[in-house]
Amino acid sequence: MDSDVKIIAFCCNWCSYAAADLAGISRIQYPCSVRIIRVMCSGMVHPDMILHALNQGADGVMLIGCHLGECHYQDGNYKALARMEILEEILADLGYQKEQLQTTWLSANEPNMLVDAVYDMNERLLELKGTVGK
Amino acid sequence: MSATENTGAVMVVGGGVSGMQAALDLAESGYFVYLIEQTGAIGGTMPQLDKTFPTNDCSMCIIAPKLVECGRHPDIQIMTLSKVLDVEGVAGDFTVRVKEYPRYIDQQKCIACGLCTDVCPIKVDDPFNEGMTIRKAIYIKYPQAVPLKYQIDQQACIQLNGPGRCGACAQVCPADAVNFDDREKKHSLHVGAIILAPGFQAFDPNKNHILGFGHYPNVVTSLQLERILASTGPTGGVLTRPSDNKPVKKVAFLQCVGSRDKNRCNNEYCSSVCCMSAIKEAVIIKEQLPDTEITIYHSDVRTHGKDFDRFFIQAKNEHNIHFIRAKVNAVQPKDKKGTLRIHYANEEGRQVNRSVDLVVLSIGMETPDSAIRLAEKMGVHITPDRFASISSFMPVASSKKGIFACGAFNGPRDIPQSVIGGSAAAACASMMLTTARHSLTHRPTSAVETKKDQNKPRTGVFICHCGSNIADVIDVNRVAEYAKSLPGVIYVDQNLFACAQDNQQYIAQQIREKELNRIVIAACSPQTHEQLFRKTLRSAGINEYLVEMANIRNQDSWVHRHEPEKATDKALDLVRMAVAKVALQKPLYPVSIPVVPEALIIGGGVSGMTAALNLANQGFPVHLIEKSNLLGGNALHLFQTWNGEQVPRYLKKLQEQIYDQDKITVHLKSTVTDSSGQAGHFKTSIKTATGRKKIIEHGAVILTTGGKRYIPNEFGYGKIPNVVASIEFDKLHMHNEMRVAHGKSFVFIQCVGSRNKLRPYCSKSCCTHSIQSAIKLKQEMPSRRIYILYREIRTYGQRERIYNQAREMGIIFINYDLQGPPVISEGENGLIVTTRDHILHRPMEIETDMVVLASATLANPESKDLAQLFKLPLSSDGFFQEAHAKLRPVEFNTNGVFVAGLAHYPKPLEESISQALAAASKATALLAQESVELDAIVAHVDPAHCDGCAICIDACPYHAIRLVDHAEPDGTAGKIIEIDPSLCKGCGICQGACPKRGVYITGYTYDQLLAQVDAALAPIEQNPAEILKNEQEHG
Repeated sequence: MDSDVKIIAFCCNWCSYAAADLAGISRIQYPCSVRIIRVMCSGMVHPDMILHALNQGADGVMLIGCHLGECHYQDGNYKALARMEILEEILADLGYQKEQLQTTWLSANEPNMLVDAVYDMNERLLELKGTVGK
Repeated sequence: MSATENTGAVMVVGGGVSGMQAALDLAESGYFVYLIEQTGAIGGTMPQLDKTFPTNDCSMCIIAPKLVECGRHPDIQIMTLSKVLDVEGVAGDFTVRVKEYPRYIDQQKCIACGLCTDVCPIKVDDPFNEGMTIRKAIYIKYPQAVPLKYQIDQQACIQLNGPGRCGACAQVCPADAVNFDDREKKHSLHVGAIILAPGFQAFDPNKNHILGFGHYPNVVTSLQLERILASTGPTGGVLTRPSDNKPVKKVAFLQCVGSRDKNRCNNEYCSSVCCMSAIKEAVIIKEQLPDTEITIYHSDVRTHGKDFDRFFIQAKNEHNIHFIRAKVNAVQPKDKKGTLRIHYANEEGRQVNRSVDLVVLSIGMETPDSAIRLAEKMGVHITPDRFASISSFMPVASSKKGIFACGAFNGPRDIPQSVIGGSAAAACASMMLTTARHSLTHRPTSAVETKKDQNKPRTGVFICHCGSNIADVIDVNRVAEYAKSLPGVIYVDQNLFACAQDNQQYIAQQIREKELNRIVIAACSPQTHEQLFRKTLRSAGINEYLVEMANIRNQDSWVHRHEPEKATDKALDLVRMAVAKVALQKPLYPVSIPVVPEALIIGGGVSGMTAALNLANQGFPVHLIEKSNLLGGNALHLFQTWNGEQVPRYLKKLQEQIYDQDKITVHLKSTVTDSSGQAGHFKTSIKTATGRKKIIEHGAVILTTGGKRYIPNEFGYGKIPNVVASIEFDKLHMHNEMRVAHGKSFVFIQCVGSRNKLRPYCSKSCCTHSIQSAIKLKQEMPSRRIYILYREIRTYGQRERIYNQAREMGIIFINYDLQGPPVISEGENGLIVTTRDHILHRPMEIETDMVVLASATLANPESKDLAQLFKLPLSSDGFFQEAHAKLRPVEFNTNGVFVAGLAHYPKPLEESISQALAAASKATALLAQESVELDAIVAHVDPAHCDGCAICIDACPYHAIRLVDHAEPDGTAGKIIEIDPSLCKGCGICQGACPKRGVYITGYTYDQLLAQVDAALAPIEQNPAEILKNEQEHG
């Protein structure tokens, strides 16, 4: 369907993947567009991987990790944040838009934050797709 | 008796969740277990439940892995259809005679194919579905039963009652498993200890047709509703009126049926769980049918457990469920079609009636007669409420030495309390039999891994329906068809419940037969079920890491319920991603490290001391860290337990025992400053009283850091003299201080600082505490006027007795709500408390000498630092968040770290002690092992790509990487990284940082993640079968 977008979400095992499971347990509904890839830590995701996903046609990529300061591996999410900030800066030069990237921090018992982030991203990408399409 | 005479086996009587937990803990700790179950399969009540509060987890889904674990543990012998006849001997050396009733099915032969059931002509009511469906005379208790073996209902079978009259099952059985000549057997078993976990039976309203039950089909019990709501139940999870299958528009839940009721039954106690279970069922109905009008008629809403009040508030505010404080006195038919009319007196005292479509009776818990008889035979004392008589200080020890009790037999309780009790009983039995540990258990035999090539993928995909949890939303047949078209997939299968025990055997069998070497399980979450399937792979002789789960339930069918097509498309993607990832997975071999058999316990309150003593008495050295200068914690302020036992005396004894035990090192005025390592071997630094740093090496940690008390800033506390907090009042009372001694009137105000916007939780022990103080005041001087201003009286379980006693003594209970709290002012003759009379509905003034505030229990603010140190989650109220609210109540997802006491949630003393014992049991299971396997998910260097740039060395948070000399292929000297697998935690931050792909995390390699991305984004190609079909249709 044209109105659909596809989002790749890298979720860390400890907070965000668990929050996504909890969203399920709590039956919180959210758009079908997101495909979650489980990683051990948000700091594990190489920036090349994110660019690769965009290059392969992902409408957006989300990196979701534990709250800053609460990383299961001390400071993996700070490293992830640093990489995402650089990525965002160079995104336009590579032919993408900064709306296509989203970094979210949440804890395992905050499924609503995850769901809200997916909704936001979904909306934003749909809008983007609309304007780009025209 | 000399210590060597201990027998290294334990008998657990009752195969419900509490008994199962006790059995598993003991088997893990080095004891052989006989698990005696009266029915044909273990599991108890949990398999009957649809969901569990407050997370609304699917009950069957969470209990199934435990069932399977019990079923396949080499040191647990499950004896079904069995009953204990009698017990001889003494603690450490009992002889138990057990009668095993005939099953009429040879368990070795039965393959659970179900052909017998198909041909059986006899139909009887199915108790598993609470009599709402029928089953055959030859049957299994429920589809995921362990053991999954058929059985014949001796009373119903016509062949057994008249040989030659039937025998159809025997004729069709392909395994020749039916044996009509089966006879009862008697076993004489030697065990060192016995754990009684006979559980409860639900109150039966049918006896006196209470509230129309049995007369009107639209009056159902809460357990029946549980089955109706279950996807595997009689209606497939769809709720309609039982009388005519018409939609249900109005539902009334009637609480306290068979509990808190001395008239209709003799059950004075509160059953503890029914308020939460009613709210849960109401929420499930609302989710299914949002327009349904639901009212819960209650006496008090008792949502005293962790996160229960939040659930209650959510039910009220978000789901719009009504709560009315009223006792419904009659249910009558309104019309001939099935609509009912309920009658009750409202809060103004006026008689009201309402018409409803469905009445749900929230039935209470009772101890079955058989359990009472067994207890009597064993010499185990019983309370007037017919539960095991236990001391708050030894909450799982029965009155008979060597016989322990747990679960609902110790008083009505919910699942986590039962699980905690099971572990606690295991800890006590383990402590008693320490000298016989490992004397009767089987050494684990490591499965022999197949020699076959595991490199070229031969993938098998198993798609779970999860009853209807997945299959109702996702087109599972389409997913299965599609999976067949994926590269490397040579076998696809579907299971109703992939996690059921028979399916573990089935999957293992398929792996062997089809020579599968990569497995995808499309089901629920790897967080909960990956371990289970890994063990299944191991049992099938292939490397356990060659499995990948596609989370098509938690992250698909449950969250896209209204978009079945898109959800199915997503499931296709998720399966394809998993197939692509697992194809690149390599067999992994974890490194083992020796266990340091010592424990570190942080917090020297009762919980910490209890856990320390248990572990030390089992021979494990313990370091007990306490930041103050004496042991005792919050219990130092306590006076007595709910059943009147003296706390100070107990505390003194406990302190003496701690100091007498050589294996316990107490570190007073000490705090933890740093910790590293993992389960089996931690290195923790503490700062001691002298300010010196000390490093302790240990295998396990127990956090018992306690709670803090709330210092009120309401009700004039600290400003108006004679307004005191309950702990201060206790001290004044204990010393018979003038103000108390001469006081003629006292007002207690409940929920001070609890159950408000800032802290939406119940502090659990304050209702009981205030009532006890009130009773004592009244006993000292019966003319005293005593008022308790409450929002909900939560004297759950057998505590209800003291609530009744207080009312009988003339203590006055006045209800107030959060919006209209009492106001305290200073009058001429003392204090004036202004509140609203909840019966007369007008303001009232109470003149009083003293106001006692039941102030909240708060989380210890220092938990935050420890949570950081050990990487543990905290709940929104600041308490430690356990791994699973129901089934892992003392554990974390981080192995080797456990929690107990107020650090987990406010609770009374005996629950803290239980939980401390449970934590000790979990620690024992770890410390009793010689070695533990480290996680195999660790970093590896790829010498072909690593050029020794050393970027990863700075990135690694664990200093697990170092640079070493290395000879390049051309012979020149170069550098390369080297990873210490015992330091590496597998976070992969190195992988995220490496510019050359020179380092990878097994299980999450760059290529594997890339394969998942590519698979997620590739268009769904039509599978070959459909292409073929389309071609045929369109010529």
